Amino acid sequence: MAEPILEIRNLNKSFGALKATDNVSLDLRAGEIHALIGPNGAGKSTLIHQIAGSLRPGSGTIRFLGRDIGALGVPERTRLGLGRTFQISSLAPDYSALRNVMLAVQARQGTSFRFLKPVMADRSLREPALEALERVGLAERADVPAAELSHGERRQLEIAIALALGSKAFLLDEPMAGMGPEGSKALTTFLDGLRAEAPILLVEHDMDAVFALADRISVLVYGRIIATGTVDEIRHNPDVRQAYLGEEG
Amino acid sequence: MMGNPRESILNLVLVLALAAIPLVATGMGEPFYVTLATRMAILALAAVGLNFLLGLGGLVSFGHAAFFGIGGYVAGIAATHAFNNEPLLFGLPGTNQMIVIWLVAILLCGLAALAIGVISLRTSGVYFIMITLAFAQMIYYFAISWPAYGGEDGLSIYVRNGFPGVNTLNGLHFFYLCFGLLLAALAVFSVLRNSRFGAALEASRQNQQRLAAVGIAPFRVKLVAFAISGMITGLAGALFADLNRFVSPSMLSWHMSGELIVLIILGGTGRLFGPVAGAMVYVLFEFYLGGITERWQFFLGLILLGVVLFARGGVVGLIAGKARHG
Ligand SMILES: Nc1ncnc2c1ncn2[C@@H]1O[C@H](COP(=O)(O)OP(=O)(O)OP(=O)(O)O)[C@@H](O)[C@H]1O
Ligand SMILES: [Mg+2]
Repeated sequence: MAEPILEIRNLNKSFGALKATDNVSLDLRAGEIHALIGPNGAGKSTLIHQIAGSLRPGSGTIRFLGRDIGALGVPERTRLGLGRTFQISSLAPDYSALRNVMLAVQARQGTSFRFLKPVMADRSLREPALEALERVGLAERADVPAAELSHGERRQLEIAIALALGSKAFLLDEPMAGMGPEGSKALTTFLDGLRAEAPILLVEHDMDAVFALADRISVLVYGRIIATGTVDEIRHNPDVRQAYLGEEG
Repeated sequence: MMGNPRESILNLVLVLALAAIPLVATGMGEPFYVTLATRMAILALAAVGLNFLLGLGGLVSFGHAAFFGIGGYVAGIAATHAFNNEPLLFGLPGTNQMIVIWLVAILLCGLAALAIGVISLRTSGVYFIMITLAFAQMIYYFAISWPAYGGEDGLSIYVRNGFPGVNTLNGLHFFYLCFGLLLAALAVFSVLRNSRFGAALEASRQNQQRLAAVGIAPFRVKLVAFAISGMITGLAGALFADLNRFVSPSMLSWHMSGELIVLIILGGTGRLFGPVAGAMVYVLFEFYLGGITERWQFFLGLILLGVVLFARGGVVGLIAGKARHG
């Protein structure tokens, strides 16, 4: 089999006495949606942070596109093609949705040290940005400041930014949260198509979405992956039922 | 662009008012007001520099007196050597040409800002405020203890430096020179703010995590902003020394840094004309209240408190409403 896009081996991270990541190994292969589920506090976001570079692992390796990225910072990893969304939306609040995405476009072009041309009239920024907003269904809200968007719209905007970056893998931390049933459904359809563009590591509590989308699921409990498998395998895994799904009734 | 008509009108009024004061004053035979207007223009220019960092980048430098003072000393030292006909450095002579002085001041302040920025931009919040203050105070004490250029007593410029085609000894002419530079700096501020670099800088103020997550390293953006900011404030310092025909360590002191921050808050943080409005209000206060009471800064403090509590956007915000970012 071809080498995975993202390859995590024996990752460990402790906060004091708490093992938030306990010897985690995980792959993200081309074309797949790999869901990462687990109870609150299991260490899902902590894992995403380590992959994206916003947290340093205690030990272990992270390879992306065949390259060890452990020593790289957040901006470098983004430029290599890791596009992430935050569990708690993290946007430029004063800027409109459009300008938030335009920032991603200029970052992708590597043109942030240009001092003269005004951005607002710059079609090479606006057009790709608008296109990304259209794809997530946020085009009509392009001119609304991020601070005034609804919770769900901010989640969409985060995805639009990751799209505009031309990401080669997506790390999505609970993209459905706060979306409402309609929004979740639309996003499920959208992510379904997105996997052909780039694989997705999907952290999500919405089990309907997970079961509908995932090619594989990994279950994280107390920092450890207790099972990885297809939707059916995970559904029928007794450990998983006990540790996690059981809670949902 | 992003037109806010009230703000545009206000800006125009401020420009015209500042340009008119010295004319009217000269007409009425009150040259002192020409000096006052020149002081406004120069302080506004210094604050435009700081506004770049503080307003756009959200970085509260409490050490911009360093650049103001360095600019001042460049003017003073160059003029002194030219006046005494003594070589300055590496056998190079001093100069009384403002253009040369400005360029040297801008260059030196850019370098100093890079050096200070490389270290201080590794911190944030209160630590950033403190470390920029510390750097400025180091330079302040260095100036005090450097007898060659007057130490604590400062350094006089016997004849105001010159500019081709302008009689700088004429207060009105010197004012328009300073005013022209202020307008140029405002144009630079406006162009940079609307550029890709400006977008990255404003994004770093709003949310550094977001900036890094799109692949732009905030540190480099802030460092370049710090350098540009220091250069503009340094240019103002050179003019200030020529206005007073005197430069002393007080230009480097933390009072000066604080004054620049106050100007910006009074005028409107991050607004193009915030520094202009702030400098005009501040200098008027200093003059009128200062004429009535020794404790004018107490009243200034009260007004500042009012601004912070009730009019966050300063004068510009009060009149033109909230900023739009597009
Ligand atoms: N910076 C930190 N310092 C100390 N402890 C932390 C830190 N970040 C996370 N933790 C702890 O690590 C554990 C894992 O947190 P994490 O946010 O990764 O969980 P999660 O699986 O994403 O949970 P949720 O589903 O609620 O988002 C939690 O117990 C949390 O309190
Ligand atoms: Mg989480």
